[in-house]
Amino acid sequence: MAEGVLILSIVVATLRAATPLLLAGLGELVAERSGVLNLGVEGMMLMGAAAGFAVRALSGNAVLGLMAAMLAGTAMAAVFALLTLRLLANQVATGLALTIFGIGLSALTGLPWAGVPAPGLAATIWPGLAHAPPALQQVLLLDPLVWVAFACVFAVDWFLRRTRAGLALRAVGESAEVAHALGTKVLRIRLAAVLFGGAMAGLAGADLSLAYTPMWAENMTAGRGWIALALVVFATWKPWRLVAGALLFGFVTIAQFQAEAFGLSLSPDLLATLPYLATIVVLVLISRDSTRLRLAAPAALGKPFRPTD
Amino acid sequence: MRLEKREAPSAAMLWVAPLLAAAASVLLTGLLFAALRVNPLAALRLLYIDPLANANGVAELALKMTPLLLCALGIAIGGRANVWNIGAEGQFTMGAVAGGGIALVLGPGGGWYVLPLVLAGGIAGGMAWAAIPAALRVGANAHEILTTLMLNYVAQDILSWLVHGPWRDPQGFNFPQSKTFADAATLPTLWGTRLTPIFFVALLAAPCAWLLLQHTSAGYRLRVAGLAPAAARYAGFSASGTVWLSLLISGGLAGLAGIAEVSGPIGQLLPTVSPGYGYAAIIVAFLGRLEPFGIVVASALMALLYLGADGLQMHLQLPLSLTGTLQGMLLFLLLAADVLVANRIVWRRAP
Amino acid sequence: MPDSPPPPPQAATPLLAVIGLSKRFGAVMANADVALSVMKGEIHALLGENGAGKSTLVKMIYGLVEPDGGRIEWEGREVRIPDPNAARALGIGMVFQHFSQFETLTVAENIALGLGGREMPDALAPRIRETAARYGLAVDPNRHVFHLSVGERQRVEILRCLMQAPQLLILDEPTSVLTPQEAQSLFTVLRRLAAEGCAILYIGHKLEEIRTLCHTATVLRAGRVAGTCDPRLVSPMELATMMVGSELVQPRRRTHKPGRVVLTVNDLTLEPGDAHGIPLQGVRFELRAGEILGIAGVAGNGQKELLAALSGERLSRPSAIRLGAEAIGALGPVARRRAGLGFIPEERLGRGAVAELSLAENSMLTRLASPVVAGGLVRRGAARALAKRLIERFKVRAAGVGASAGSLSGGNMQKFIVGRELDARPLVLLAAHPTWGVDVGATIAIRQALLDLAAAGAGIVVVSEDLAELFEIADRIAVLSSGRLGEAVALSQLTLEAVGLQMTGHATAECLDAA
Repeated sequence: MAEGVLILSIVVATLRAATPLLLAGLGELVAERSGVLNLGVEGMMLMGAAAGFAVRALSGNAVLGLMAAMLAGTAMAAVFALLTLRLLANQVATGLALTIFGIGLSALTGLPWAGVPAPGLAATIWPGLAHAPPALQQVLLLDPLVWVAFACVFAVDWFLRRTRAGLALRAVGESAEVAHALGTKVLRIRLAAVLFGGAMAGLAGADLSLAYTPMWAENMTAGRGWIALALVVFATWKPWRLVAGALLFGFVTIAQFQAEAFGLSLSPDLLATLPYLATIVVLVLISRDSTRLRLAAPAALGKPFRPTD
Repeated sequence: MRLEKREAPSAAMLWVAPLLAAAASVLLTGLLFAALRVNPLAALRLLYIDPLANANGVAELALKMTPLLLCALGIAIGGRANVWNIGAEGQFTMGAVAGGGIALVLGPGGGWYVLPLVLAGGIAGGMAWAAIPAALRVGANAHEILTTLMLNYVAQDILSWLVHGPWRDPQGFNFPQSKTFADAATLPTLWGTRLTPIFFVALLAAPCAWLLLQHTSAGYRLRVAGLAPAAARYAGFSASGTVWLSLLISGGLAGLAGIAEVSGPIGQLLPTVSPGYGYAAIIVAFLGRLEPFGIVVASALMALLYLGADGLQMHLQLPLSLTGTLQGMLLFLLLAADVLVANRIVWRRAP
Repeated sequence: MPDSPPPPPQAATPLLAVIGLSKRFGAVMANADVALSVMKGEIHALLGENGAGKSTLVKMIYGLVEPDGGRIEWEGREVRIPDPNAARALGIGMVFQHFSQFETLTVAENIALGLGGREMPDALAPRIRETAARYGLAVDPNRHVFHLSVGERQRVEILRCLMQAPQLLILDEPTSVLTPQEAQSLFTVLRRLAAEGCAILYIGHKLEEIRTLCHTATVLRAGRVAGTCDPRLVSPMELATMMVGSELVQPRRRTHKPGRVVLTVNDLTLEPGDAHGIPLQGVRFELRAGEILGIAGVAGNGQKELLAALSGERLSRPSAIRLGAEAIGALGPVARRRAGLGFIPEERLGRGAVAELSLAENSMLTRLASPVVAGGLVRRGAARALAKRLIERFKVRAAGVGASAGSLSGGNMQKFIVGRELDARPLVLLAAHPTWGVDVGATIAIRQALLDLAAAGAGIVVVSEDLAELFEIADRIAVLSSGRLGEAVALSQLTLEAVGLQMTGHATAECLDAA
């Protein structure tokens, strides 16, 4: 029984750790499929985390918090879209600036809430959580955002493969010039994709600050935005493979905390390197077949489009 | 409003755009201060003017400039070759670890040879850390933006482990820090300030980088590889050579910056040795338009922001995180203003 | 050609009338006061040199470029065409020169996107098959475009237009990528469409083609209408003079005395570099000093791979390629260049030259050795002198050695690149599509330069899709088809038709018999 609960707790913890990566990764996946590389995921996530926590703390309403987080992420993405789509600025430079800006601004706006404890999302929804039997407690810990993340995978996959708009989005990511020549509204589609990426990154940030580790701390994403970017490459831009990547990383993150339970005594600092090393290993494995990667990648990724030529 | 591409980039706008960006940045910063409920004029003065009020302030500025300038020059050389090193932060840290390690191993003894060994160790540490993404890019096609970034976190964790564990000072009251370095392993300071000679090394690195890029065949190959990879292949320039050269230079400079920080103003290893210099240097490199002399100016400006933010924290209790916000905003504004270099704005009534 | 087109049915108002249309790009007047009218059922040719403004004109008609002045009338009423959707709504279809297709999508997905409606690709498939069958354009809707040959891709483009039952079909240089046989079957489809009442606006530069296919021709020169005529009633020379504005001087051929063997390719086999590539299979040929060998073939039959293998961008067995006696198969481009190989690549900007760099810096691209480089340092003066010499010797029109490569016209940039490679005095020169997209004046200059180089004793390999070009300058021609190179045959024993047949993949022996 105890073993069963342990295994269940590992599964639940893995799913919970995978959720922010999945949410942020899906948003970036859609943006990249439209041909836009936004390296600002980390910054958008942090803004989402700060805004989500602050609004929940002020209003006492978690749903409002989540909405504020998505709005914050979208606003950040809008800055990125204005610069890269409208003013044709370099996507790499703008994305990096967005991350640095987001780290600073989230720390600034989140300052009053730094270190303030808050109940987790699951505990808010199920007030009796603490008194539930262990197995049930684990299941209840799977908060709605976990389910939302997986539903989003379904939705994005269906959208990309089965809808007209999804087809147009893929086409724009393949060649903006050709799509334009055929009468597709390139910039409108890319704007929508980038804003969606921002909203999802904001939601991913809120998942961290409201559900996963219910609190706000400066720079609390600790590189998850970047790992999400790497996961999109790992997933070769396909939603379902993103799930595999996110679960793998969820597990590695958990393994770091569970290592001692398995009798492994290593410095916590060294264990903390696991997710980052795993990201590198995974990138190396997927990138080695350069032909396959090039075929899978949206051909227009990172290339600006000037509609007047 | 519509953008129309100029036949040739505008030389005038190359100078006007940064001024426009700077003016807009001051304006927005003022608004931000107003939003934070402090007197904008007083805060702007603390941010931009007071740090330079005396000679010691100027020395502090030069001290802060040093790591930014070194890291940004490396990033820019890579950037010109289209090799994006986001890992200066990690290379900085590993430079500090490697050079610091030598200082700790050699201990209090030793003569004149200690300091050069420590500095060389720092450079080698940064290079070694940058060699990992270079090898992964050349050997396995793994993109350097993501690998260098991941290695930043790994380097930080390694440093943290060292000062919490094996390298912790036994007489340090259990604080996570190493012993302070011996005098022989510490950089001399100048004119009674905290400034070290490495500042002049950094200043000299700028014309060297310019010489490399503009006047050597290696620099020419780097630039062609960055501007037109197909032309570089056609000419027969080695693609892996480009990656190795730019990442090793980049890593070496960041490593030097790292060891100069710990064997200079810090004097020992701490759990964190960089307040984000490696990231700020990315901004510096772009602000300087990947041009060595532009980067000298940009690093001075960014150092001023760091010092100014210290002043704001001290006098107005504003958080240090303001620095990142201002840095990001400044780069946004320059990127927006730079549109005018290659394009002109055409105002047109809707048809 | 025996069948001349049927006369167009007469109608009172033209289907399309363009009146006083103008468009300026920066300092260049792309179209100035252009007038044109097309009747129902008429095949109307639009003729002109590269840069004469043909593409700009049809892009305005198709809603891709907004005119600065003038108006467009459709069936007598003035219309505004802000985007391609509006053009399609009127009944205008367009087949682009560089196909507007997404390689990683299927035929049906491509057509669905091109139709601009709400229909999903799966629902379209039966209609695609039906239309394809009606016009004899066999295409499988579920195939991915990157699997298709160039001819098949064009069929997809035409099918996309036919699916919306167009009243006006615009084709931009449709035969430039086709074999002569494929071109003939395209003409059959076009004649049938015209007979059904569809108007066709046909951009081209092959005068023979236009004389057999079109009812009317409008000639553009430097953005203005230089004249309108019935192409069946004027001679090709008259048309050409109308296009260029002056009499043409053809390059002088030299008498050819083949010397020693300078390049030997022996059983060169190479896997493709990427998934869309073509493997080279047992390619062999010999090139003698003073000789120009033409390699013909439809694009995508291994040209890219062959050029990469010969230039050293891809490596092979050392003895697969010999320059003189030296085995160079395993040497990179720099070493091959040192051994005496020159290479003029297909793309000018981004490959043969860097758009952002000055001409002085571009002159160094393949000359990064003494005297331009000494001790690892670039000698700027030497580079400028080299660029200056190239500009003067090859009459490159540029603002000076400091002008950026991107600021030159295509023809001038190509002259500069050709000049740079010629100036290195190569033993063997590879030239890929040396006059592609270049104006007539530069074309003649470049061909003359190649002929002169051969006369001076170098061996030259010219890879080109333009058969007319190969027939003009080559001594022998071999056809590359599906990664295999046919026997090189002397020009005197070849006909255009025989080469065309080989290009479609028919056996070499039959062609020779036919010749």
